[in-house]
Amino acid sequence: MTTSNATSSTPSSGGGNPLVVLDPTAGKSAADLQPAPRPASLSGLTVGLLDISKPRGSVFLDQIESHLDRLGAKVVRYRKPTFTKPAPVDLRHEIAVNCNAVIEALAD
Amino acid sequence: MGNPAGAGVDVTRQEPARRPPLPDGLIAVVKRDCPTCQLIVPVLEQLAETGPLTVYTQDDPAFPESVSPTDDTRLAFSWHHDIETVPTLILAKGGNEEDRTVGWSRPHWEMLTGVDQLGAGLPEFRPGCGSLSVDPSLSTELAVRFGGSVLQSRRVELARLEDPFEAAFDRGWTDGLPVVPPTEARVMAMLEGSSRSAADLVAEIPPDLHPATVEQIAINAVMAGCKPEYFPVVLAAVEAACTTEFNMHGLLATTYFSGPVLVVNGPVTKRLDMNSGSNAFGQGNRANLTIGRALQLVVRNLGGGRPGEVDMAMLGSPGKLSFCFAEREHDSPFSSLAVERGFAADADTVTVFAGSGPTAIVDQISRTPESLVRSFAVCLRSTGHPKLARAFDAMLVVSPEHARIFAQAGWDKDRLRAELDSLLTIPGVEMVRGVDGISEGLPEVPADGKVAKFRPGGLQIVHAGGEAGLFSAILDGWVGGDIGSEPVTVEIQP
Repeated sequence: MTTSNATSSTPSSGGGNPLVVLDPTAGKSAADLQPAPRPASLSGLTVGLLDISKPRGSVFLDQIESHLDRLGAKVVRYRKPTFTKPAPVDLRHEIAVNCNAVIEALAD
Repeated sequence: MGNPAGAGVDVTRQEPARRPPLPDGLIAVVKRDCPTCQLIVPVLEQLAETGPLTVYTQDDPAFPESVSPTDDTRLAFSWHHDIETVPTLILAKGGNEEDRTVGWSRPHWEMLTGVDQLGAGLPEFRPGCGSLSVDPSLSTELAVRFGGSVLQSRRVELARLEDPFEAAFDRGWTDGLPVVPPTEARVMAMLEGSSRSAADLVAEIPPDLHPATVEQIAINAVMAGCKPEYFPVVLAAVEAACTTEFNMHGLLATTYFSGPVLVVNGPVTKRLDMNSGSNAFGQGNRANLTIGRALQLVVRNLGGGRPGEVDMAMLGSPGKLSFCFAEREHDSPFSSLAVERGFAADADTVTVFAGSGPTAIVDQISRTPESLVRSFAVCLRSTGHPKLARAFDAMLVVSPEHARIFAQAGWDKDRLRAELDSLLTIPGVEMVRGVDGISEGLPEVPADGKVAKFRPGGLQIVHAGGEAGLFSAILDGWVGGDIGSEPVTVEIQP
């Protein structure tokens, strides 16, 4: 591959020293973030259902809830104030303290 | 003027920050490309006869041949010993500087050297020339080379055969257009555009809420193509966009069209040669385009907000690459957006608005404000949908030709807004679901029978555009207020 020649005061990567640039990202990679271990069964576990407040999201979550009932899970329903903003930190904490697992529904 | 030392400058290699020692005796720093240095060659020859003399030469290692010059084309001596002018004559003893003089002045040189009758036949005085070590085109590169870097970001070494532009695409750093490779020298130059230090935290960038430093934002501003003098506007825009009120996270994640629209007010718009006139929303102005682009690159690269991931826009809009313009203040009959939002008329500010567009308002016939404002209202009613209200915000951008019609009739911005509020208070029966055979609409008619199209504070009014064209524009907003986005204005700090 050929390289473009930069201006006189700027190094080109062709032929001379390798060009060094600065990383414009936050430097995080997805590999650093591991999901929590998956439970082998939902029976007897408390499962939070987080409604993000999109219209008709509750219809979908009702179906999930009846399915989870059949699996023997205890279901607790939560609702974000608005789908346009991240869940408030207090709500996230409440879910983390009360539930073994959580399902967040995004509907559109 | 030729710049031989600059031609081969390699900014990628950092040299030890070691200060070259001062040899005892007299030290002269010269360059061939300086008439005064050429003039005083006989003086240097004279001084070489009388005692120890070291001559450092900045451009041509062979100049002046008669006094066996020392090569300083890497400019290490000049940079470390703060040479600002050539010739500079220094007297050193025991490694310490005792005295220095710059340019040619017979009395000063005679006093410093203790030698009489210097340069017989030369004029008494000649000013010197600028030292290459303070040449503006080299200064940041030399700071990187000799000064040790203050920058904390990870260095990414590109392979020799890697095209730096392709490399940025390969690593996912671009918005779909090529970016300027963010070399350390360019980032250092960008940082000089602001008085803030590189390590200062500016904002937590959504969606990942990454705490971003001035340095990290400078890297993205370089990539966007900003000049260093634009950088304070970029920093203010990032601050404004990352407030809870503006809600950049939600704006990014929405399936709707909108993105951040930047409106810049104040004298800064003239200093940066921003466009508030013809084609202000369009192509062709570097400041408009690169400042808006820098904000979006910050959200992408530092916040992790990328299309198809957190950004789930159904169609998006071309303004999501960059949407930034200046308000046309100099002949506006209206108070500016910044003044209306509580800032001084001479303050430099940037306002972020969640929007997209433009949508056209065509009215080439109205010559009275009463008629023209009705055109505005009927077009504004269509924002989002003519049967929806209090959901979507809007920005009305009034053109100079339209604004003149209001000005000539004595209407100020408050009058225009009041008339629009009145015309956009709509009988609810026209808005409910099913009316006109359209299922979309308001679920029910409110008790008082009237519906305001926009929430209080949901309609912004700005003056911009070219001299000719009896059109104005609507920038369709996103969901306004607490459940969506509130416009935010931040003062630009130098």
